Parts: sequence; structure tokens; C-alpha cells
Amino acid sequence: MTAADLHKPSATADFVHGHDEPHGHDDHHDDGIPHASFRDYLIGFALSVLLTAVPFWLVMNDVLPSKQVTTAVIVVFAVVQMLVHIVYFLHLDTRSQGGWNMLAAIFTVVLVVITIAGSLWVMFHMNENMMPMSPHEMRIAP
Amino acid sequence: MSASNPAMTHDGADRWLVREELHAQPGTMLGFWLYLMSDCLIFACLFAMYGVVGGNYAAGPGPKDLFELPLVAVNTAMLLFSSITYGFAMIEMQRRRVNATIVWLAVTGLFGLAFLGIELYEFHHLIHEGAGPQRSAFLSAFFTLVGTHGLHVSFGLVWLLTLIVQLKRWGLTDSTRRRLACLSMFWHFLDLIWIGVFTYVYLMGALR
Repeated sequence: MTAADLHKPSATADFVHGHDEPHGHDDHHDDGIPHASFRDYLIGFALSVLLTAVPFWLVMNDVLPSKQVTTAVIVVFAVVQMLVHIVYFLHLDTRSQGGWNMLAAIFTVVLVVITIAGSLWVMFHMNENMMPMSPHEMRIAP
Repeated sequence: MSASNPAMTHDGADRWLVREELHAQPGTMLGFWLYLMSDCLIFACLFAMYGVVGGNYAAGPGPKDLFELPLVAVNTAMLLFSSITYGFAMIEMQRRRVNATIVWLAVTGLFGLAFLGIELYEFHHLIHEGAGPQRSAFLSAFFTLVGTHGLHVSFGLVWLLTLIVQLKRWGLTDSTRRRLACLSMFWHFLDLIWIGVFTYVYLMGALR
């Protein structure tokens, strides 16, 4: 069930029949609660196990030749696993809540990237673009 | 939409229920999602802080000396298992089976407790070794970031326990189903944050 469906005239009828009748299976549902399927959870879980186990294996056994490569690989694994969780566990798609969920998520991702990347960028480049110190200033510097 | 609602012709109780349905539930799910996004920003700030000061050991121990990856791997497994068992609880909820839902929620709670237990053991071990939060900027940031996540899991467990009691008392009503769906998002969201923690703090810490 998505908010977009609300605007379709036929959706009204779906809303009216009670929530208390047991549905054998509900292909669409009427309450904004995302539909969870057994298959989705199993796929998500299998992918998560794989995407968790490989980075731990890479780091604990020093598989790759350089640390930079290992770091890059485990970051990619983490990003992919987060996407897996978002799609298969949190059931985020472009249609849920009329697209507002996705919009809020994209906005949040932008803010998260600015916060983390911006902080690291600024804080690790504090000495660049500074005025060079004179020998006198060097002597009185703390 | 409510004006043309055929349910308005039903008896009073029905009408009241339907009206609440129309407005409350989609709004709740969106509102809770927005809460999670704002929570995500809290964690983004904590990750940024850890990234900035995480290398300042103050001549104390670093991640390599402190973190035990096998323990972290077990911890990660606990949280991942709790995610899938919560998924099973949601599926039982869709099948309207109260008892099965409660059983899977209880299993989720046990995995959550195991996660918290391991984390508290790790914290206790670190503090006992003299690597408490006051030791260095790195350790302050570590305890704040991982502790905030642990605090979220603790509140999630309290919520889970409350829901089990509510399910026993009231069954799968619209309200309890909505709450289960919100906790589901909260719980999976915490697992998502943990992906960031184990990658950024533990695995990349071991690589330093």
C-alpha cells in the first residue's frame, strides 16, 4: 500500500473493509505498513551474511597485499550491505508514502555525506592555506 | 476522501475506527521514518567526530591493541540474527498469528540481549584495562559512538518487551501492528548503523 494508491478512486474501497478480517495473503495492504515477504528477508539475510563475512575474513587474515586496497574493498562492502538492508529489511522504495520516504532518505544521505566527508576534509587540512610563520612568531608560539 | 467514504454510512463505532485508520497510520509510518532519518544525523555527527579524533591516542593504546575482532564478529552475527528473526515476527504478524509473533519477538530480544551483553563485556574489559573513555580522545569518541548505538539497542529492547506484553494483552490490533512495524524499522535501522560501526571503527581500526 502506498500513499499514491490513496489517490486512486478504487483505493477507497480497499480502505473500508475491516483490518480485522484475516487475510489469507495480502498483496496490497491498507495501513502504510510495508509488506514483508519471506523471500525478501531470506535474500537480504543471505546477502548480509556474505557481505559481513568477507570483510572480516579480509581483515583478520590479511588477504589483500595493501591496507589501502583492503580499506577500499571493505568500504564498498559496507555501502552495498547498507543498501541491501534498506531495500530488503527497511523496504524502502520510490513508492512508499508517496515517495516522501525516499525523498527524506536522499536528503539524509546528502547531509550525512556533507557532515562526515566535510568534517574529515576540513579537520585534516587545517595547516593548508595558512600564513607562513615568521621566525619571531615561531619563538613565541605555544 | 473522507467525505465520499462509504464507511460513513455504517454504525458509529465502525466510522470512528475507519476515520482513525485513514489519517493515523500512513502518517505514523512517515513520521517514524523522519525520526529515523534525524537519528541517522546524530550518528553521522558521532561518526564524523570519531573520524576526526579517532587517531589521537594520547600515547595510550590504539585500536590494534584493544579490539578483538573475533568478539566483534560474534557481536555482528548476533545483531544480524536478531534482524532476520524480527523479519520472521513481521511475517507471522501478517499471517495474524499472535503467538508465533511473540515467539519470534522473544528470540529477537534474546539476540539483542546477547549483543548488549557482549558489548558491555567489551566495555568492562576496556575500562578494566585502563582504556576507559577518559584515557584519550580516541577512546572518548569510541565510547560515545558505540555507546550511543548500544543505548539505542537497549531502548529497542525495552520497546520490544513492552510490545510483547501488549500483544499478550490485546493481540494483533491495528495499534499493536503499527507499533510492531515502527519497531521493525527501528531495529533494522540499528543493524544498518552497526554496519558502519564495525566497518569504520573495528575493521578499519585494525587496519590502521
